[in-house]
Amino acid sequence: MLKVKSRTFILSIFIIAVVVSVGSVWINAARSAEKEPIKVGILHSLSGTMSISEVAVKDGELLAIEEINARGGVLGRKIAPIIEDGASDWPTFAEKAKKLIMKDKVAVVFGCWTSASRKAVLPVFEKYDHLLFYPVQYEGLEASKNIIYTGATANQQIMPGVTWLLKNGHKKFYLLGSDYVFPRTCNLIVKAQLKAEGGTLVGEEYTPLGHTEYSTVISKIKAAKPDVVFNSLNGDSNVAFFKQLRSAGITAKDIPTMSVSIAEDEIRGIGAENMLDHLAVWNYFMNMETPENKKFVAAYKARYGKDRVTDDPIEANYFGVYLWAKAVEKAGTPDPLKVRAAVRGLKFKAPEGEVTVDPTNNHVWKIVQVGKVKPDGQFDIIWSSGKPVAPDPFPSLVSNKIVLEPGKIVDRKK
Amino acid sequence: MDTKPAKSAIFRFKWFALVMLLLALAPFFLSDFRLNLFGKFLTFAIVALGIDLIWGYAGILSLGHGVYFGLGAYCMGAYLKLQAEDLPDFMSWSGLTELPRFWKPFYHAWFALPMTLLIPMLFALLVGFPTFRARIKGVYFSILTQALALIFVTLFIGQQPYTGGTNGITNLQSIFGFSLAEPATMRGLYAVTVLMLGIAYLLCHWLTHTQLGKVLVAIRDGENRLRFLGYNPALFKVLIFAISAGLAGLAGALFVPQVGIISPSMMGILPSVEMAIWVAVGGRGTLKGAVIGAVLVNAAKSYFSENFPELWLYFLGVLFISFVLLFPQGIMGFWRKGRFKWMTSILRWRETRFARSSSPNGLPRKYH
Repeated sequence: MLKVKSRTFILSIFIIAVVVSVGSVWINAARSAEKEPIKVGILHSLSGTMSISEVAVKDGELLAIEEINARGGVLGRKIAPIIEDGASDWPTFAEKAKKLIMKDKVAVVFGCWTSASRKAVLPVFEKYDHLLFYPVQYEGLEASKNIIYTGATANQQIMPGVTWLLKNGHKKFYLLGSDYVFPRTCNLIVKAQLKAEGGTLVGEEYTPLGHTEYSTVISKIKAAKPDVVFNSLNGDSNVAFFKQLRSAGITAKDIPTMSVSIAEDEIRGIGAENMLDHLAVWNYFMNMETPENKKFVAAYKARYGKDRVTDDPIEANYFGVYLWAKAVEKAGTPDPLKVRAAVRGLKFKAPEGEVTVDPTNNHVWKIVQVGKVKPDGQFDIIWSSGKPVAPDPFPSLVSNKIVLEPGKIVDRKK
Repeated sequence: MDTKPAKSAIFRFKWFALVMLLLALAPFFLSDFRLNLFGKFLTFAIVALGIDLIWGYAGILSLGHGVYFGLGAYCMGAYLKLQAEDLPDFMSWSGLTELPRFWKPFYHAWFALPMTLLIPMLFALLVGFPTFRARIKGVYFSILTQALALIFVTLFIGQQPYTGGTNGITNLQSIFGFSLAEPATMRGLYAVTVLMLGIAYLLCHWLTHTQLGKVLVAIRDGENRLRFLGYNPALFKVLIFAISAGLAGLAGALFVPQVGIISPSMMGILPSVEMAIWVAVGGRGTLKGAVIGAVLVNAAKSYFSENFPELWLYFLGVLFISFVLLFPQGIMGFWRKGRFKWMTSILRWRETRFARSSSPNGLPRKYH
């Protein structure tokens, strides 16, 4: 009896699920028929390891879209976001990018976080000659004509960070990173820079993404006695590393760390007490005093909750959406090819200050800042470049290439 | 298992012909994107056939088939990458200036294409021979295959200069001189996939209907008895494991040009377990079930994730749980045995509900 009952119970749940799903698709279809909005794609990992970071970026993009829609949209048309889940899986990113471009025929896609996901969708965007806004700082060595990079290149984050450390008496570096392309390339640059600017390397270590056992690494760090640990760990590993570092009795006073992938949102997970006085280098901090930022932070909190924080990648595609909208207005059409041409050289007053899309390499001119973690999980901004730094996706330290125009990369003349 | 009289075999091939015809006609009523997606599902169906051979028929559950899929896919990826660039981009940004020696032969199709089958098969022999000889089976074998999947992912991520690391091999341009961006090339690849699926199906059908198939089922149902009869189960197991790995490799090779990327995330534990789920949903021990399961689960995954990007995993979870609870033998198992029983059980449930008061002791009849 019980068995039969539970069987029908499960069956009815299943049927309800199907009815609800079909029903809501139908409602969505009915809703979209009323006017002709501009469709844009949002492609982030909403599930899997990367979702912890990417969901917040998606929220930032949706906020910008809502704000633009609230003041009437672009070209008198509303923006309709179509959200897809890349599921922290690179082939899925490629599939969903194809879907957004071929089936939904979106005008632009905002999305990706990891370099791997960007590399997975890049051939899709190039094949269909489309447009992607990519919001995260990355290792560089790329300048596709189909991507607008709103995050930092190495010379807008890693290199100024290293220079600042060297100038402030941190000469002995220990490099720690997750085992994938961004940390490896980033450290390639750091090592070249140490050689050129007079620092020394006392250790280098890579751990797999998702690694959580750091006692061995911490003993190695202790033995190597560095002045600073340059940290390019990504994701959950940071939580384990900083907690274990603190339990080992090492504070920022003993050995400070400078991180390039930890922002306000990650500190919430790590715990500010575990990261007190440690350093990070970014282009944007939630604590910035610009009027645009105050408005942005207030709007973000009002929309998603008081305990939510903004950070660099969130801000990067928040202004990315605005840049795109401005380019659409300028081009007079949402056509990706025309927008792509129009966005080059465009300026926008972003929360981090004025940003400019570089017309030759599709990256963005950005201000660089070093922050120190405060007890409340915010950053004390202790250094700033003052004015936006020009992006250089192919730093001469590690590359002999130069960008002539987006997509056209040649060897540097000797 | 599949040992019905000849008449039903002919009947079955009619179905086979009909399905092949439908698949061949799909390009006429699917959009380019959907066709491409469907082609991907069909490559998964080939993996499912291989898993069904060893799991459904021989009772060996491999939770590491992603490895063989990945090996085949990487061989294909290496070939396609060398068609696009003389020195793959990930090598140059990892500091390599020259193509490693073991990469060189992949420049030639005559080497790379057979390797997509041979490398997974050889590796399966290498793994299978000692483990099956040592009579490692059941859950221990499954754990072993999982560990292998983990090792491979770590190895491929760690060896970035040679494998492309987490990014995998991407940015592929053309296959045999045809641009991968062309819808016509995609249709061609789809046709090849359908053909390969057909061949794989017939191969598996033939295998399971020969003496070998009976031995496999015997391994599943009573390995010791088989041994007492003078057979050496280990040899059969190794053979079928290698064939299964070869099918996974073939699927991997077809997957890469259609999806345009292969990365370690496709060979890890999670996708490997997913592959077993396809077979479980379709119905293990039935070849049709494997194909249906692979296509259905992946179609559901795409459908749910497109329409409910934030909730799709829950829907998928409900789907899996309800399948396990409602159709423990999978769709085909239900279709063959359960459908009548199930109908009657619903009828009986109503009967018992209304008849409860009239039954002698006030309790319903026991449900079977």
